[in-house]
Amino acid sequence: MSQSHGLVPATGVGPATRAGSAERDLLQSVVETARAIFGAAASSLLLHDEDADELVFQAVAGEGEESLVGSRFPAGRGLAGWVLVSGEPMVADDLRNQGMFARDVAQSTGYVPDALMAAPLAHRDRVLGVLEVLDPVEQSRSSLSELDLLALFARQAAAALAVVAERRGDATPSAVQARSLELVTALRDVLLDGMPPQGSHGS
Amino acid sequence: MTTGTAGGLTWSLRDRAPEDLALLADTPPADPSAWSDGSGVRVCVVDTGVECGHPSVGPVQGSYEVVPTADGSLHVVDSGPLPDGTGDGCGHGTACAGIVRRVAPGCDLYSVRVLGEGFTGSGDALLTGLRWAVDQGFDVVNLSLSTTRPKFLETLRSLADQAFFTGTTLVASAHNTPVESFPWRFSSVISVGTHREDDSGLFLYNPAPPVEFFAPGQNVQVAWTGGRTIRTTGNSFATPFISGMCARLLGSRPKLTPFQIKHALYLSAANVRIGAPGTRGES
Repeated sequence: MSQSHGLVPATGVGPATRAGSAERDLLQSVVETARAIFGAAASSLLLHDEDADELVFQAVAGEGEESLVGSRFPAGRGLAGWVLVSGEPMVADDLRNQGMFARDVAQSTGYVPDALMAAPLAHRDRVLGVLEVLDPVEQSRSSLSELDLLALFARQAAAALAVVAERRGDATPSAVQARSLELVTALRDVLLDGMPPQGSHGS
Repeated sequence: MTTGTAGGLTWSLRDRAPEDLALLADTPPADPSAWSDGSGVRVCVVDTGVECGHPSVGPVQGSYEVVPTADGSLHVVDSGPLPDGTGDGCGHGTACAGIVRRVAPGCDLYSVRVLGEGFTGSGDALLTGLRWAVDQGFDVVNLSLSTTRPKFLETLRSLADQAFFTGTTLVASAHNTPVESFPWRFSSVISVGTHREDDSGLFLYNPAPPVEFFAPGQNVQVAWTGGRTIRTTGNSFATPFISGMCARLLGSRPKLTPFQIKHALYLSAANVRIGAPGTRGES
């Protein structure tokens, strides 16, 4: 695999790299909520920079929080790439034993996940990016219903992102931020209500 | 309008007698365990490409990909065998090919790449690759993909009909989330979703379509990039199981048509039993 397939520092100035403060707050809220819902070691949100055709880490909660934001890699590669190009959610397990990520994310963060769930940030007929959950609690892995839940949440997050984008020009940042966070918070309350207690996220 | 078909027939039978239409047909074998290993059957995986040399995939008879021309239009070229890192950037197509190989180890596998680097979410590339696969007359086409974009609906429907009438069995995956997407919704294809049973050989017929069959797709070990495997879940991985079963059927009875194959799968599904003649409903 060539160097270009690994993570590189964010240097582009495409649309996916221009998150303002309202977007940053919203994106961070999304990953923190996703991490809480699934009791995960980490959650990350990647947006598609269409000009560069790359996926860009825009927000991370948990492992990799310090180092990943701003990193980018070619869209259409790996598990996240599949979710982006297909618009389908995906769950994968046994990654650590197989050496998955060793040449990509893990080398940059020092963290090697064993399981990953990912869902498209789909709004209308566009996929804006990918929401990932790394090492969710054991009962969330390889489960269709948990994947449905992540896909549902990702769709809500994408709708909130679209609200931010569409209103960027005609509303104050604080108003946009408030409305978007309100959307995410409302869904979080619904999703967390009745969820099983969160335990260890596995090995 | 006088549009005809390849056989010269028009909207009604004219200038020919029934004996001019004599056909030699196969009947499907009843017992799936007696179906062949798929030898001699050509299966094409329309997906992200297939990693050649992966131990779970085995030989790949042909690797093709959709590429843009200078004028921006798309066409399919023979990419030749592509190793790790270039054959399949995502792993998804390799996973599907590995499942087909496991179910029908004797089949001839082909790949056409329509998604991946350079084609992020391009429905045009999907249509180009699928049209090419149907035009080639592959016996079975595995499509663990769908599109939600309505603008592709009629073209996809036309392609699915073309496949149905020309003897290509198109096996299409239902979307993993409850959204409208195509072509799995069409009756001319064999549509597949996953069941949750821990039985790697179990497949079921859905009495309430549009998705018609359920096959193993939860928590399955699949081939992935770099010669590795992962454990994963999704309708994508149930679909190549049914594609493999189609290949096994065709290996036993090469003259089966797509509608016969669907019928044979229906009768062979674990939840379908043959009722007494003349009865209806639950009897």
